[in-house]
Amino acid sequence: MSTVTTQEPLDARDRVQGALSGMRRPPAPSALSASLTMGWRALLKIKHVPFQLFDATIFPLTSTLLFTYLFGGALAGSPREYIQFLLPGILMQSVVFVTVYTGVGLNTDIDKGLFDRFRSLPIWQPAPLVGALLGDGLRYSLSGLLVIALGLVLGFRPQAGAVGVLLALALVLVFAFAVSWIWVVVGLVAKRPESVMTWSFVLFPLTFLSNAFVDPATMPGWLQAVVAVNPVTHLVTATRALMHGEPASEAVAWVLVASAAITAIFAPIAFRLYGRER
Amino acid sequence: MSRIREESPGEPLAVEATGLVKRFGATRAVDGIDLAIRRGTIFGLLGPNGAGKTTTIRVLATLLRPDGGHARVLGHDVVREAAAVRAKISLTGQFASVDEDLNGRENLVLIGRLQGFAWRDAKRRAEELLEAFDLADAAARPVRAYSGGMRRRLDIAASLVVTPELLILDEPTTGLDPRSRSHVWEIVRSIAAAGTTVLLTTQYLEEADRLADRLAVIDHGRVIAEGTSHDLKAAVGGSMLHVRLRDGARTPEASAILGRVLGHEVHAGSDPATLAASVHDDAVVGDALAALSRAGIGIAEATLGRPTLDEVFFALTGHPAEESEREEVA
Repeated sequence: MSTVTTQEPLDARDRVQGALSGMRRPPAPSALSASLTMGWRALLKIKHVPFQLFDATIFPLTSTLLFTYLFGGALAGSPREYIQFLLPGILMQSVVFVTVYTGVGLNTDIDKGLFDRFRSLPIWQPAPLVGALLGDGLRYSLSGLLVIALGLVLGFRPQAGAVGVLLALALVLVFAFAVSWIWVVVGLVAKRPESVMTWSFVLFPLTFLSNAFVDPATMPGWLQAVVAVNPVTHLVTATRALMHGEPASEAVAWVLVASAAITAIFAPIAFRLYGRER
Repeated sequence: MSRIREESPGEPLAVEATGLVKRFGATRAVDGIDLAIRRGTIFGLLGPNGAGKTTTIRVLATLLRPDGGHARVLGHDVVREAAAVRAKISLTGQFASVDEDLNGRENLVLIGRLQGFAWRDAKRRAEELLEAFDLADAAARPVRAYSGGMRRRLDIAASLVVTPELLILDEPTTGLDPRSRSHVWEIVRSIAAAGTTVLLTTQYLEEADRLADRLAVIDHGRVIAEGTSHDLKAAVGGSMLHVRLRDGARTPEASAILGRVLGHEVHAGSDPATLAASVHDDAVVGDALAALSRAGIGIAEATLGRPTLDEVFFALTGHPAEESEREEVA
């Protein structure tokens, strides 16, 4: 291509018309194909802006180190002793905290006008939502695996071995996907990406008012009651049991029921809000 | 309009809207708009900010449901047959709706895949478009680093991954420098020449004048005039006399003289030494100029011509199209 700028207009006309007479319209993509394409987009974003992963990596690693060495001695006699108890809890917290970015990413797309384009394409309309969740899944897994790897370095020794750990991670991911529907709803309602972040404060009571960091037996009775109904408590119980090879089926069942319930409530709301005009 | 439509009966109009209404709370953003846009033409929706242009095209693009009236796009109802409409149109929003984190090529491949192309075809299509829109060199750069003009071209390219029958452009050149603007105009003309109907909104009178075959002037959610830019200029009445004085200080005096002789209101032109007035009978122009020289007022320049769209808009609405328009033109 020559770059004679004075000739550009005429040149441009030919080239634009050439590109227009190109291909015929293909049949619309299947729901799966459209969702996977959206997932590909999510992976590209991670590749191009690795800084996005900062919150999914540095925060979990820092809190694992802090909790282990700051509270380990006081709560369990030694950091090494404490991490056997802590790791399943911090794994849950790390992954659950990352779910907020589902809402932030979605809201950014709306804010930038990208959703208008997606919505005017002949695709299965929820594909952008589902595709984004695929990218989020990668982020959750990365957070979880990093925490587990650091834990192993710090002396975490799961009795149930690799299988137990992977089952536990899988259960945490199931719960995280359910929670991310809540963030999809927040992402669709919020005016700006920053206001989605503001809502992430609810994750503090949700994760701390549980058995993730200390045994609830030491808490006042009313607080124990709160902790007992928090689905996160069941998740941590199940995760611990799976990792250390204890009976887990009851807690696992609770987590699955809670995840199904959260999804059943928030996914339909998300789809309705998504279809709504804005 | 006086012009007779030369539609073949089988060929539906590209856009046909009757009594379109869209409310947001108590405001009627679109308040009974009628539009008829023939295929293969460039149609301009001209109006100031907040006139209802964007809302109108979002209804036509099926992104908003109208609260009243009907609209058919390429023969399909925008409410009942939204999917059929979406399959034939492309919308390029007011703010470049491309993914800033991805590079130019990836953005086009993404849209290609979502249009249903196989990976290989989506990639080939992306290369063709990058080449056609002068973006081949920037294909691997993140869109974040693109200039406004490049972003806009990528955005339009993304709308053409599958050639649409109707391309809707919302303020395609707002915020662009003059060179990028004329580049976009050239692209729009090429698209229309290839057979795609183009509906664009603009607040630039010059853009509407130079680009659109027909236009509708919108103000407060209503169409206040419709036709070719020639029609609209004629509707304002006859010709416009523009006079530039040698001495700007004598403008008020000259204004009074012209008003008396021409029998029309005279208003100030783009700078203090100029005056403009509509003229219904060209014969009196000589008298008017003679009256000025009798009064000893020197004339640097006098032209008799069609009114500009700026003057048309002023005549139709009683207020200028946009305050910043003057600076833009100057």
